[in-house]
Amino acid sequence: MDAFADLAGGFATALTPTNLAFALLGVLLGTAIGVLPGIGPAMTVALLLPLTRGLDVQQALIMFAGIYYGGMYGGSTTSILLNTPGESSSVVTAIEGNRMARAGRAAQALATAAIGSFVAGTIATLLLALLAPTVADLAVQISPADRFAVMVLAFIAVTSVLGSSRVRGLAALGLGLTIGLVGIDFTSGQQRLTFGIAELADGIDVVVVAVGLFAVGEALWTAAHLRRRPLEVIPVGNPRMSRADWRRSWKPWLRGTAIGFPFGAVPAGGAEIPTFLSYVTEKRLSKHPEEFGKGAIEGVAGPEATNNASAAGGLVPLLTLGIPTTATAAVILFAIESYGIQPGPRLFDTEPELVWGLIASLFIGNAALLLLNLPLAPLWAKLLRIPRSYLYAGILFFASLGAYAANANQFDLFLLLVIGALGFMMRRYGLPLLPAIIGVILGPYAEEELRQALQISNGDLGGLFDPMSVVVYAIVALVLLWPLVRLALPRRATVPVLGEAVHEIEEAHHHTGLTESVSVERHTRREE
Amino acid sequence: MTATSAGGGTREQGRSEYGVALFLGALGLLVVVSALLLPESRITRGPVGPAAVPIVVGGLLVVTSVFLAVDVRRGGRGEPEGGEDVDLTARSDWRTVGLLAAAFVANALLIESLGWVISGAVLFWGSAFALGSRHYVRDLLIAVGLSVGSFYLFALGLGIVLPPGILRGIL
Repeated sequence: MDAFADLAGGFATALTPTNLAFALLGVLLGTAIGVLPGIGPAMTVALLLPLTRGLDVQQALIMFAGIYYGGMYGGSTTSILLNTPGESSSVVTAIEGNRMARAGRAAQALATAAIGSFVAGTIATLLLALLAPTVADLAVQISPADRFAVMVLAFIAVTSVLGSSRVRGLAALGLGLTIGLVGIDFTSGQQRLTFGIAELADGIDVVVVAVGLFAVGEALWTAAHLRRRPLEVIPVGNPRMSRADWRRSWKPWLRGTAIGFPFGAVPAGGAEIPTFLSYVTEKRLSKHPEEFGKGAIEGVAGPEATNNASAAGGLVPLLTLGIPTTATAAVILFAIESYGIQPGPRLFDTEPELVWGLIASLFIGNAALLLLNLPLAPLWAKLLRIPRSYLYAGILFFASLGAYAANANQFDLFLLLVIGALGFMMRRYGLPLLPAIIGVILGPYAEEELRQALQISNGDLGGLFDPMSVVVYAIVALVLLWPLVRLALPRRATVPVLGEAVHEIEEAHHHTGLTESVSVERHTRREE
Repeated sequence: MTATSAGGGTREQGRSEYGVALFLGALGLLVVVSALLLPESRITRGPVGPAAVPIVVGGLLVVTSVFLAVDVRRGGRGEPEGGEDVDLTARSDWRTVGLLAAAFVANALLIESLGWVISGAVLFWGSAFALGSRHYVRDLLIAVGLSVGSFYLFALGLGIVLPPGILRGIL
């Protein structure tokens, strides 16, 4: 197979001492930061964007990929050892993982999470290596009209995540697209939404938007609701598993991989749905269903494997189409673009060394994560005790540093605070951040594709429709009109597992959010 | 926190949710109007000019704001984001947020005159103070360590020179 030869070449790139060092640095940094409460992988990559100025593209990407995988690992440690989950993708791990930890089985929970992540990450990265070149070959032939249609699908899919409020997702998307519009329009040279402010003519730097929304917004939001009583951290020894634990874990790992990878590869709003799907699947298939809710190891093994497999799956559309499906992938996309490289179907032809080096370093990072995380777990647990005043002061410090260093402009710091306030408002009123950041980063490209498509058809709107784009628009319409479509379908047509997963998601939101919180979907369901 | 005050908070949020819809609608109108006011450009290439996409995006915002208002009226509420350190049962602590914003603005105002080493230290120390740390000396040492360290890391490692300010020549 061609892919294996390319992959071997990739390993040759990734195994040079410098690149290896950056891969290890990335996974260490990613895990540490994933463990720290309040900091997710998207914020980490956003805060580290200034590094792209000083690093070579290969090294920067290898490090970012390490952070991406490491952050997933770190997040699971937090949700097992603390009672509250950090990222939405680890909500479900917290359900069983924390119960296991309370029952004195923290070590087993951490072990099945780490080994499951390794298994899933390795299989999924292999799938990525095998699938991505084929997808890229197919994607090379698609026209600007099709690419525009796929981007519209990405916009709509990330706003319409199951179990969350659709109108709030669309509002967030609109805010993101608006921010993306600010600045000089490249085709006409006209200034849009700059209001005569010279600093806005070049547009709002994505670094400022990402750092503002993720870092400043998060720090301000948490500060407004900071827990005064520190959380109880469950002490942990070295992770290990008994024979029975292995027997109960290996199938959930594989099933989790099978669920996570395809969900990560389609733009469907990240890892939350697949992890819940995996949880519900394991609950149904388990020989010990009575243990669920009291600390069943399958309920940690499956979702954690799903989480990592979907992270790898998310790299397929990112590398082959230039379309991100998670917030972290969106920021990585911007990092690649800042080197003047356009991720897309031609990436495998134009930058083979870069892509295959990246994929090979994912394998290395994954193995390094397993070796690091098993012995280092007690140390990571210590990170959870960091004084919160220093943690959030540090986030604001590095956010200002990164945003200023991007353009050496005082104005950006004020803009950062404004966008931070926007991030605060979005968190307060349940507007999701993912559609906003995807809108900011992908919006300008979608406009460019649209205009190109219409230039080709000489202004005829019919030029936007060809067999492929019509199919894509049909999917968009289906997603948008899903509540109506569901009413029209006979009751049995909805997949029971999916319905149960949505129910679990709503339950979890219900517990972590305010008791009074009611989203649109809940509202309509009550009326039924 | 008693049940009555929590209930008051919800009613209060209900009203402020309309504020979000209003904000979205106003922003949408602004985007549409400013797009319509764009002067005709002779160098525009392609049949879709610079105004088309802003009109669609602004329209999306306006339509969304109406739907959001309807949703709020029917009892829909945005779900505040949870997190490890977030305790949603308590009221918003605006004093802490205000102090943090003050430390943040102080850094933005001072960074070019006094330099990053001083303004960054002010930012960290002020933020730690706002968040309730009362170890003044230890905080100061950490703040200065971070700002000096980051200054040299950026200068030597990345080739980005942060403003030295009044410490020019010393650093």
